[in-house]
Amino acid sequence: MRILRLSLVLASLFLLAACAATPPAPSSQVKTGGPRIQAWHTANGARVLFVRAPQLPMFDVQVVFDAGSARDGKQPGLASLVNAMLDQGAGEWDTDTLAERFDSVGANYGASAGRDMASVSLRSLTEPALMEKAVATLQAILEAPRFPRPELERLRRQTLIGLKADDQSPSTLASKAFYRAVYGNHPYAHPVDGTPASVKAITRKDLQRFYRRFYVAKNTLVVIVGDLDRPAAERLAERLVGRLPAGEKAPPLPSVARLKKAKQVRKAYPSTQTTILVGQPGLRRGDPDYFPLYVGNHILGGSGFSSRILKIIRDEHGLAYSAYSYFVPMRVEGPFIMGLQTKNASREQALALLEKTLRDFLAQGPTERELTHAKKNITGGFPLRIDSNSDIAGYVAMIGFYDLPLDYLQTFNSRVEAVTAEQIRDAWRRRIDPERMVTVQVGKGL
Amino acid sequence: MLKKLLLVCLLWPALVLAQVHEYRLDNGLKILVKADHRAPVVVAQIWYKVGASYEHLGITGISHVLEHMMFKGTKRHPAGEFSRLIAENGGRENAFTGQDYTAYFQQLEKSRLAVSFELEADRMRHLTLPPAEFAKEVQVVMEERRMRTEDKPTALTYEQFNAAAFVSSPYHNPVIGWMTDLKSLTVDDLRAWYRRWYAPNNATLVVVGDVDPEAVLALARKYYGPLQPSQLIPPKPRTEIEQKGPRRIVVRAPAKLPYLILGWHVPVLNTAKHEEEAYALEVLAGILAGGDSARLPRELVRGHEIAADADAGYDLYARQESLFVLDGTPAEGHSVAELRKALLAQVERLKREPVSAAELARIKAQVVAGKVYEQDSVFYQAMQLGMLESVGLGWRKLDEYPEKIRAVTPARIQAVAKKYLITDHLTEAELEPLPLAAPSHE
Repeated sequence: MRILRLSLVLASLFLLAACAATPPAPSSQVKTGGPRIQAWHTANGARVLFVRAPQLPMFDVQVVFDAGSARDGKQPGLASLVNAMLDQGAGEWDTDTLAERFDSVGANYGASAGRDMASVSLRSLTEPALMEKAVATLQAILEAPRFPRPELERLRRQTLIGLKADDQSPSTLASKAFYRAVYGNHPYAHPVDGTPASVKAITRKDLQRFYRRFYVAKNTLVVIVGDLDRPAAERLAERLVGRLPAGEKAPPLPSVARLKKAKQVRKAYPSTQTTILVGQPGLRRGDPDYFPLYVGNHILGGSGFSSRILKIIRDEHGLAYSAYSYFVPMRVEGPFIMGLQTKNASREQALALLEKTLRDFLAQGPTERELTHAKKNITGGFPLRIDSNSDIAGYVAMIGFYDLPLDYLQTFNSRVEAVTAEQIRDAWRRRIDPERMVTVQVGKGL
Repeated sequence: MLKKLLLVCLLWPALVLAQVHEYRLDNGLKILVKADHRAPVVVAQIWYKVGASYEHLGITGISHVLEHMMFKGTKRHPAGEFSRLIAENGGRENAFTGQDYTAYFQQLEKSRLAVSFELEADRMRHLTLPPAEFAKEVQVVMEERRMRTEDKPTALTYEQFNAAAFVSSPYHNPVIGWMTDLKSLTVDDLRAWYRRWYAPNNATLVVVGDVDPEAVLALARKYYGPLQPSQLIPPKPRTEIEQKGPRRIVVRAPAKLPYLILGWHVPVLNTAKHEEEAYALEVLAGILAGGDSARLPRELVRGHEIAADADAGYDLYARQESLFVLDGTPAEGHSVAELRKALLAQVERLKREPVSAAELARIKAQVVAGKVYEQDSVFYQAMQLGMLESVGLGWRKLDEYPEKIRAVTPARIQAVAKKYLITDHLTEAELEPLPLAAPSHE
């Protein structure tokens, strides 16, 4: 440990010499086995999580809202369109000017919406003049988007083209069909970008109403990682979201019903391969079964060449390039998914092998050897998960958005170590039911 | 503000230059080490100077299939053992094949670097290539081809576009290989390919992370030092013949959206008589598509709204002469012909008027910032070093980049547009959508 700290100090000194602008600061990362997260609230109630990373003269900020497509209500695609419209005219600036302001200082702006989260992100240098321009621009985007009509019409047309592009991707078609079949009437069921009919029906008023409801301080998380000190980070957070109305947190999402029976979805598509997805509702963030399910999945299909599914489907039978299983932990139960793509002629064989691999795993659980191997892989690779500012920002956003403990990363390895083969067997048998799977196939001759 | 920009620019190259250590072992292995102590991790990459552009028709895709077979064992570490050991050490690993190189990498906690070296050195010279494993793995690669190309109408169009644009250049062939060549590939073909190219004198080892360069060198000597070099026969030049008039192809495939690619033969850094021309083409691509305020997004996607999507591409670091490419999808209510006209009008404008000072300043600001941002990823830093070394440019070219971009003038950009983006050197490919299957049912 001492040696680690020493080398980090040396690194900081080197940067000091080279940049003359970056004071050396010991990285908290190495001492504690994870980044030290500082937490506070802005005056109007937005939560802020900050990790100081003084080694490079740059910072990343992510502003995350509980405003993903699960909040669309009866208007699929609304959350996504609101998110995409934020930089299409804000404050006194039009779309072109906003883009130019970021580009002219080398800043990167991004916006994205998923089922749970809608977020905007900024990466910029900390050089004051450059940073000031980037931050002022992001502030306008967050607090004063104008949702101009012509821009709405353009983005609507672009979204409709995007939906057509989805229709020429068999794997996207399969994924959309999978979510529909697994989630039925739940808000996770519909595609994040909506459908042609729903996108056509969205009005400017809808955007404004959605923005006013969900882009409010109490529904906001600000994540900052970079070369700023605490006062500068506080000022940055206040600047970006301090003038948003306090508002209210988004209400809890409805719970996810378990599937009553198995479902088969087959879609004909003129492709050389069939895309196969098999799964059901899985787990949520903070789930008490999270670690046994996660470590178990590592062994079943989550760790590439080490996992059973890839060994059997690819190494032993040569049936697919990619074959996998994973959980998508979400606010409420996100899906458990197994999948592969194989030439149309071998789809039945591949599907049978996939199903058998799951049944065998549920029946026997992992071997001690597999479990030991998986633990070594997960815990030994821990430093790789947090080796960059962008990785750290991603984890901190996840921790903050899903209300996980701030020492989540510090305790991660010990929670993995504590998992037993019996816990894995037990959790998988309780949570995964092979008799009630959704099976989607998209390919030729279906 | 310009002054402050310059300050940042002046500082960072010193930082980069100071950090790369270059060595060569007696057997010819080149070693590049860059210390980055931000996190207790290390990435090790081994780059071979072989890829699809070293292949010929009949064996296309062989470099990539060999990359797959590199995971199928040596005498000392049988099939699957490599991946198992890396995984047990908490590592991530994979490999990739391009036109100009094949590379293998491991990302590890810093104390485990020896595991990578031992395994990677072993498979550099001692691969077993079991026929039974090959028989299955070539099927896996065919599935990969179906997934990446056959069932992706835009990828299929791109593949045929390259085959039309390049006649005598090896870039005619796709990296993954033609299906017919994959079907006739044998394990003996692979054995010969492996013996020919996999040797320390045809490889570069790149290590970036929380390491001491001298210690890395000692470790490399221990594991890679004993390997024998091979007699390397350099590949034939295979330069592209001069194009004598425009070419146009149409790809008809099941799809929903049309798609257009335009490509002009242009020099790259490796082939340019005057390097300034290559850097001017790089800036030209940035003027058109480097960021949301660039010309294509501003004028074609927004503005006239002719394109749903439009992009420009140029591979400054290709090994052989390459293409300057524009591609896009027409917006709803617009035809491919209209999109084509709009893209060509952009090219004509570059020939007619010098670009503005503000546009150039933007690109330079992006380059400066990009150089800081890329230091956030040890993997990317290693990628750049390995790639430049493998295509024959040498890693020092990376340090010249900002200053060369800064030196590009509006007149130079206009000159390269006039000289190279000419009709006689243009290849066009259009994806013409065929109907997809009948409406799906559940």
